[in-house]
Amino acid sequence: MSTFWQRYKRNKSAVFGLAVIIIVIIMAATANFLYPFDPFRLAGKPLSGPGMNGFWLGSDSLGRDVAAGIVHGAKTSLLIGLIATLVAIFIGIVFGAFAGYYGGRLDDILMRITEIFQTIPSFIFAILLVAIMKPSIVSIVIAIAVVSWPGVARLVRGEFLALKNREFVQACHTLGMNDLRIMLREILPNCMSPIIVIGSLMVATAILIESGLAFLGLGDPNIMSWGFQIGAGRTMLRSAWWVCTFPGVAILITVLAINLVGEGLNDALNPRLRERN
Amino acid sequence: MTRSTKIVKYVSRRLFQGVPIILAIIIINFFLLNLAEGDAVDVLAGEAGSATPEYMAQLRAKFGLDQPLPVQLLVYLKNVLALDLGYSFRHDMPVSDLIFDRFFATGLLMTCTILLAVGFGVLLGLLAAMRLNTWKDAVITVFALITYATPLFWVGLMMIVVFSLKLGWLPTSGMENVAAFYEGWDRVKDIAVHLILPTVTLSLFYLALYTRMMRASMLEQYGQDYVVTARAKGLTERRITFVHVLRNALLPVVTMAGVQVGALIGGSVIVESVFAWPGLGMLAFESLFARDLNLLLGIFMLSSILVIVVNLIVDIIYCFLDPRIEVS
Repeated sequence: MSTFWQRYKRNKSAVFGLAVIIIVIIMAATANFLYPFDPFRLAGKPLSGPGMNGFWLGSDSLGRDVAAGIVHGAKTSLLIGLIATLVAIFIGIVFGAFAGYYGGRLDDILMRITEIFQTIPSFIFAILLVAIMKPSIVSIVIAIAVVSWPGVARLVRGEFLALKNREFVQACHTLGMNDLRIMLREILPNCMSPIIVIGSLMVATAILIESGLAFLGLGDPNIMSWGFQIGAGRTMLRSAWWVCTFPGVAILITVLAINLVGEGLNDALNPRLRERN
Repeated sequence: MTRSTKIVKYVSRRLFQGVPIILAIIIINFFLLNLAEGDAVDVLAGEAGSATPEYMAQLRAKFGLDQPLPVQLLVYLKNVLALDLGYSFRHDMPVSDLIFDRFFATGLLMTCTILLAVGFGVLLGLLAAMRLNTWKDAVITVFALITYATPLFWVGLMMIVVFSLKLGWLPTSGMENVAAFYEGWDRVKDIAVHLILPTVTLSLFYLALYTRMMRASMLEQYGQDYVVTARAKGLTERRITFVHVLRNALLPVVTMAGVQVGALIGGSVIVESVFAWPGLGMLAFESLFARDLNLLLGIFMLSSILVIVVNLIVDIIYCFLDPRIEVS
């Protein structure tokens, strides 16, 4: 663990990204404390500029506080990003592990399915899924997971292919372990590092997809999110630029920070790959 | 076997491989249609305001909706293969006609975007790799990192704020000034002016992607043995870069341009709805609001097929660009 941190902190921008993410997490965790009221409620004079009428970042056309929306939106973005990624990684591991471990016909079938899902234009597919299931947290998570698992499946399959003939796996066979246990307890832990790296980058993508869906009006109507704020503010662009601007900055900073952390994790977990760029 | 016959065989095999994927997408489409609440008859009845259960049953029989699912699937497959993508009750038009009408606008936007993104991406990546670890490299890398993390719709809105509302240089939305009745070159100019903001917005993300890839690809090629040979031969660095390294470094970028077409279509939904660009993306956005599922599914299917076709074309171009590729 300490050597991991030693390697991680050599990448300065990754440390910066981690600091930013921690701030965003603290913001999300204390949202109910910082702004205890419903972010959808009318909080004061509509269309106040930043710093006016007690609004740090201004208010929108219905008098909602933009800053409150951003703080509560952080919860939504992080939560959806994280859960959707976990679901996608789970699906990807199941597909990749079985395909790589058993090979042959099963591999063919599973990889064909993966290929189909990789070909389908992902954002339109996500729109379609959410539209059909009706917008809610659950449907958004499902849609994001369904469009993002193929990358994980391919990665895990590659790792399983490389590891399944290693000596330690053969030793497990000789000991009479069953396949499932070998896959879960022996091979999987050995390919965790690339999974963690790809997972961290997927959280960033998931947040971008979520904000895009919410912007198009496919967010959960009861939950504040950054994309929703921007979508609601776009008609007021001429008179109130701040309604769209600040939530967008929040998305940009969060996604950027997650990407930096992902690169840092890559450097720290896969030292062999570092020389590549 | 000569190379050209090999290529023909390769292409026909690739075409054949695309068939099951398209079939699978049609089947997914069919199940999504069935997953949705209510069917076409419910929509029709809703539009009409009132309908008796007997009349609705009669309509279902007429559309074949009372048949078992496998039969319906076969009918659906047959219809799609005949390019019949169903009927949009909102627009009172067949879906395929609607899509065909809007195709030109999206095609124009996407072509310009790809040209801009690949062109500038290659240029910036080349520059960054040639000036490795200088301030130019750092600026380009940071730029790529930031654009990679920016949501497209937000960039679009900010562009509108700056270039349309504050500076007043460019129009905020639409594809042309319909009220002006321009003709000939005036009309082309008008469309070009409207095209600038959507194209720049949509290309930013891909620009970042291609820049990063081009830089990495150049650096990888610089490490190859043939570069050492070229240096030993006494070639100038300039010649090594432009004649030898650049050509090889371009190959992965070309592949990526094909792979990214699917993402580009998704991006165009967002950009078109920000700029009210009257293409397929805007149509998808409108159909979302109108709950016009047939139309949305049609657009989805067409874009999936487009991705397959573009990837095939890229693969073929690749064979010609790189004679080392084994086509058998």
